[in-house]
Amino acid sequence: MENLLVAQNVSKSFGTFRALNDVSIQVPKGSIFGLLGPNGAGKTTFIRIINQITLPDSGQVLLDGVPLQPNHIQHIGYLPEERGLYKSMKVGEQAIYLAQLKGLSKAEAKVRLKHWFERLEIGDWWNKKIQELSKGMAQKIQFVVTVLHQPKLLIFDEPFSGFDPINANLIKDEILKLRDEGATVIFSTHRMESVEEMCDHIALIHKSNKILDGKLIDIKRAHRSNTYEIGLLAGDQSKVAAQLEAKFETTPATFKTINDELQYRIKIAPNESPNNLLTFLTTLGEVTHFEEVVPSANDIFIQTVKNN
Amino acid sequence: MNHLPLIIKREYLNKVRNKAFIIMTFLSPLLMIGIFSLVAYLSQLNNDKVRTISVLDESGWFANQFENKDNFKFNILKDIDLESAQKATQDSEVYGLLYIPKTASIDELSKKITFYSEDTPSLIVMDNIEDVIQSKANALKLTEAGLDAEQIKNLRVKIDTQLKTFGGEETSKLGSGLKLIFGGLAGYLLFMFIIIYGNMIMRSVIEEKTSRIIEVIISSVKPIKLLLGKIVGTSLAGVTQFVAWVVLLGVMSIVVPSILGIDVSSVQSQQQEALVQLQNNPGGMEGVVADVMKELPNLPVANLIVMFILFFIGGYLLYASMYAAIGAAVDSETDTQQFMLPMLLPLILAVYVGFFTVIEDPHGTVSQVFSYIPFTSPVVMLMRIPFGVPLWQQIISVVILFATFMGTVWFAAKIYRVGILMYGKKPSYKELIKWLKY
Repeated sequence: MENLLVAQNVSKSFGTFRALNDVSIQVPKGSIFGLLGPNGAGKTTFIRIINQITLPDSGQVLLDGVPLQPNHIQHIGYLPEERGLYKSMKVGEQAIYLAQLKGLSKAEAKVRLKHWFERLEIGDWWNKKIQELSKGMAQKIQFVVTVLHQPKLLIFDEPFSGFDPINANLIKDEILKLRDEGATVIFSTHRMESVEEMCDHIALIHKSNKILDGKLIDIKRAHRSNTYEIGLLAGDQSKVAAQLEAKFETTPATFKTINDELQYRIKIAPNESPNNLLTFLTTLGEVTHFEEVVPSANDIFIQTVKNN
Repeated sequence: MNHLPLIIKREYLNKVRNKAFIIMTFLSPLLMIGIFSLVAYLSQLNNDKVRTISVLDESGWFANQFENKDNFKFNILKDIDLESAQKATQDSEVYGLLYIPKTASIDELSKKITFYSEDTPSLIVMDNIEDVIQSKANALKLTEAGLDAEQIKNLRVKIDTQLKTFGGEETSKLGSGLKLIFGGLAGYLLFMFIIIYGNMIMRSVIEEKTSRIIEVIISSVKPIKLLLGKIVGTSLAGVTQFVAWVVLLGVMSIVVPSILGIDVSSVQSQQQEALVQLQNNPGGMEGVVADVMKELPNLPVANLIVMFILFFIGGYLLYASMYAAIGAAVDSETDTQQFMLPMLLPLILAVYVGFFTVIEDPHGTVSQVFSYIPFTSPVVMLMRIPFGVPLWQQIISVVILFATFMGTVWFAAKIYRVGILMYGKKPSYKELIKWLKY
C-alpha cells in the first residue's frame, strides 16, 4: 500500500529536553491512523512538525514522496487540541477567511460552506458571532473549517472533546465518510474505544520514542495471548474447577449470562489448537460459552507503555 | 498564494467595525471640544470678575500711578489711618488693601510696602501692583540722581541681528523658531500616534492566543506574515480614526462654539497678544503672520513633507513592531507591563535630545548620532532637516529605520513561534534570549 505521509528518523529537542527521538512512521493512503501515547509523549510536537509549525532538528517528513514545503499546508487540514475561533467575527465571514488562508477562492469557499452547513444542519448560524454560540456549536464550525479545503491529509487532535454523544457520533461518521472519499486521517486521542472503532493503523509514542506501530489487526494478533473465555455447566462444580485449575493456566472470568456456570479464562500453549481445549471441556460438562480473548487497544496501550 | 492582503483586510475590518472603536472615533472629538469649551468658558468667567483694591498711600508718590484696568479697580483712600483702613477694607467686598508707608527715602520703601487681604492674593495681582510701583520708583530715583527718564530711554540701543546664509538667503530668528515648531510638532504627533495605537497592535497580536485560534492560524500562515498583516491593518485603522478625528474636530470647532455662544476668539486673541509681545513686533498680529508667510518659502518644504511622511511611517512601524514583539511574548495583556517602560524610553530620549541638543546645535555630534539611531531618528532627524541636512544622510537614516523595522518584525515572529510552543509560561528577559536560539 502506498504511503501518503512518511516520517524518517525525526528528532526534536527543546533546550535539553528531547521531545522526539528518532521517530519513523508511515501513514498509508486512505487509512485512519491512530497516533497514540500518554500525555507529554511527543504526539503534539510530531503533529506540529507535520504542520510546519516547528522544524525537526534532524530527519525529514515526506508528503506524497516530497519533503514538506510551504505550499503543502493547503493539502493538510489540522484540528488542534487547543482550538478556538475569532470570537467577535461572524461565522460565515470567519469560515471564508480561514478557507482563503488555505488557498480557496472566496466564491468556492462560499459554495462549499453552504453545502457543509446544510449537511450539518447549521445553516442559520451564518451571521452569528462565535461568542454567541455554545462550545459544541463552535466545535462544529471548527470541524467544517478544518475539512473545507478538501485536504489529502486530515489531522485531528482529540476531535471529540467538547461534543455530546450525538454530535460526537455525527463527527465520527463524517470522518469515516471523508476517509471513504479518499482522505487520509491522522487521529490523536486518548479515547481507546474510538481507536478501536475507527483506526486501521496505529503508532504508539512513549517518552519521545515510537515503541509500536503497524496495522491494528496485526498488532492485535501479535498481542494475542491464546486465552479463551469459557462457560461450563458441570454436575460437581468444585471438582471440575479443581480439575481445570490443575491442568491449565486459569484466571477467573466474569461475563453476563443466564446460567449458573463456571466462568474461566484459560490460557493454552501458543501452538496448541483451541479445538483440543473445547473437546476436553465437552467431556467435563455442557459448554455454554467459548470465545477467544482478543486484546483491546486499551490493553495493548497499557501493557506496552508499562513494559517500556 | 499571498496571505498578506487577506490578513490586512481582516485586521482592518475587525478594528473598524468594533463598537468601542466606532464610539471612540466620534466621542473623542466631542470630549476634546467639550473640554476646550469648558476651559474657554471658565477663563471667561474669571476674566469677567472685577477686583477692587484699596490703596492707602502715605508716601504720596504712587497714588496717582494706579490706573483702573478691565479687571482691576483701584480705590485710593485718603485722610485715614492704617487701622481704620484695614477695618473698612475687611468689612467690604474689596479684594485687598495696599499700604505704602511714608519713608524718608525710596530705598527704605522697598521692604515696607504691605498688601493686606483675606487669603493669599493671586500672583497676577501682585505682579501688576509691583510693576506699577517699581516703574514709578525707578523714575523717582532717576530724577533724584538728576537724570531725565526720557533721556535714558532714548539712550538705549536695541540689537536685532540680521541673519544671512553664505548663499545670500535671508533667514531670521523667526525662521529658526518655525523650524523648531515644525520639528516639535512632527515629533509630538509621532509620539501621540505610537502611544494611542501601539497598544492596539499589541492587543491584536495577543488576540489569537486568548481566542486559542493560534494553532489553526499558524498552520496556515507564517508568523511573520501574520504579524506584518496585523501591524499594517491596525495602523490603517489608526490612520482612519485619526483622519476622522481631524475632520470631526475641524467641523465641530466651527459648529459647537457658535451653538454654545462661547467666544473662543477671546482666548485665542490673548494668546496672540502674548505671541506678539514675544516677537516684539510693532506690526501686531498681522505683522507676525506676514513674517511667517515670508519665512515659509525659506524652509525646504518639499523635502520636509516627503521626509515627514517617510519618518513618520517608519518610526511608527518600528515602535508598532516592538509592541507586536511584546504581544508575541505574552499570553495576556496583564503580563505586558514590565516591558512597557523600557520600550518607550528611547522615544522619550529622542524628544529630549530633539528639544535640547538640536536647538543648541542642529549639526553637532550628538544630534548627528541620534539622527541615525532608528529608535530616535524619526524625531531627531525631522527636527534637524529644516536646518539643512544633506539628502544622502537623510536617505541613510530612512534605510536604517526601515531595515530595523523589518528586523524587529522578524524577531517578533521568532518569539511568537516559540511562544506558541510554551504557552502558559510567563517569559522573562532571559527566557526571551533563549527563545531566539531555537
